[in-house]
Amino acid sequence: MTPVLSVRGLEKRFGAVIAADALSIDIVPNQKVSLIGANGAGKTTFVNIITGFLKPDRGSIVLDGLDIRGHSPRSVARLGISRSFQIPQLFVDLTTADNLTVAISGMRKGALSFHSPAEAQGRRDKAIEFLQRFGLAHLADRPVLELSGGIRKLVDIAMALVCRPKLLLLDEPTSGVSAEEKFIAMDRVIHAVGQNAATVVFVEHDMDIVSRYADRVVAFYSGRIIADGKPDDVLNDHKVRRYVTGGAR
Amino acid sequence: MGHGRHHPLIMILPVIGALLFGRVLPAWTLSLATIGASNALVALGVVVLARAGNVSFGQGLFFAAGGYGVALIANSWGITDAVLQMVIGAICGCLLGLVISPLIARYSGIFFGMLTLALSMVFYGALIKTTVLGGSDGFNVGRPSLFGISFVDLREADFMLYAVAVVTAGLAAIAAVILFQSEFGLASLAVRENNLRVEYLGISANSVIAANFVIAATLAGTSGALALMAQRHIDPQFAYWTTSGEFVFVAVLAGYQSVLAVFVASLALELVRSFSNLYLPNTWQLALGIFLLAVILFLPRGIGSLWTRERHRRTERSLAAPTAAEEGAPT
Repeated sequence: MTPVLSVRGLEKRFGAVIAADALSIDIVPNQKVSLIGANGAGKTTFVNIITGFLKPDRGSIVLDGLDIRGHSPRSVARLGISRSFQIPQLFVDLTTADNLTVAISGMRKGALSFHSPAEAQGRRDKAIEFLQRFGLAHLADRPVLELSGGIRKLVDIAMALVCRPKLLLLDEPTSGVSAEEKFIAMDRVIHAVGQNAATVVFVEHDMDIVSRYADRVVAFYSGRIIADGKPDDVLNDHKVRRYVTGGAR
Repeated sequence: MGHGRHHPLIMILPVIGALLFGRVLPAWTLSLATIGASNALVALGVVVLARAGNVSFGQGLFFAAGGYGVALIANSWGITDAVLQMVIGAICGCLLGLVISPLIARYSGIFFGMLTLALSMVFYGALIKTTVLGGSDGFNVGRPSLFGISFVDLREADFMLYAVAVVTAGLAAIAAVILFQSEFGLASLAVRENNLRVEYLGISANSVIAANFVIAATLAGTSGALALMAQRHIDPQFAYWTTSGEFVFVAVLAGYQSVLAVFVASLALELVRSFSNLYLPNTWQLALGIFLLAVILFLPRGIGSLWTRERHRRTERSLAAPTAAEEGAPT
């Protein structure tokens, strides 16, 4: 199967620290891939390089046959990679629906309209539809400022998903969500993503979440990939147990 | 954004009302209202910029560009028509804004503010030294006409300018309401809050800032033309930092949530200034300062928050009751 994303020989150094060391990975369509690794292993750096926030020192990043290395975050987003953030990056004074409306406006072709109302042309309806997928439609007119951390996480992911990406990158989607609610939140995310048939890559520290929702797990250590495969195989790998999970399972 | 919106064209009614009311107003209030409307146009531009998270301390640059552009063309080509002069002022401001915007859009916060201030002061310095433009004394222009009609009677001339100011302000207000409610207006608010996320959503934050800058420059150029027609004299003071500061004052008084508030704030400031100047000739700045402090202390989100706050309260009440769907949502 042709990969959605193909990364070859990706390298990134911050002084003496090697954050990405000759990373190569193919992500095929409709996969749910989890990136695991201890803090500083290079997972978020990988996401930041893919989304154009960081420029790699070496290597190629090919999205659907197009080399996107060196593209800006805006260009990468327009080409079909969306992301959410470990700390939700929202427009807190705007309502939940308006947050999604901005995302919808950003993805359409052509310049932003100076006269067409923000909510016109079905943009608000679409925003509400996506909020419904996450069970948040009743919060459409609430300012994000008034929402809890867990809800903000979902809104952040909804904003990324409403762009209808080919590849969705989620940075720690359940961090900051309580133990009782993390599965509820993740169920909603996976359900919503499934309706879009998007390929998902999520960075995660919680191995219960990883084993339950990922089709494939990629383990990072010191900027390198030390294991890649089915969740059970990777999570039982001795190097992963030693450097990542610490025998947590 | 979704609540309590009015159709922009509803603002035609207060414009017609203000025009009719002008017929019974005393002459001195006509010129005061004209100046108030002129300042409000620039302040509206400052509000446009503030909605994208930037404050310009140098709108005097475009105000002066509009004024000088109109004055030079009026004196060289004999163009006296008030509407034409307004259009020329707008074009001068817009063109200068287009030239500067690619540079300015790369900056934000205090750097944006200081760069606009620096540019306006460079322009001020150049005007002072340019003798063909009258140097520090400036120069005079003739009385404007309207659609070929010259107004000899002073009261009629004042009313004509008042009418032009009210109609221009009304059109600018309608355009601003449409802009604020538009897709671009919402993106501007998003840029103010988190320009990195805006980029990750495929929108160019720099382009949004640049477009807002050009809009603000156009409004300031239009205002410069109006101020020139009201004073029939122009000098480098148009570009001086205290002039720019006044526009920021009006914008601060108004807040960024309401277009109407900009005009109310500008008129209020002119009234307070005139009356304190009249009754407290030696301490009028003190009275003006107390007024500004009072507004900032009691209405920190500006005069506009008097009515937008009530609208928010109504929205709050309608959202207060929790729904069944809220149960089970992550907290």
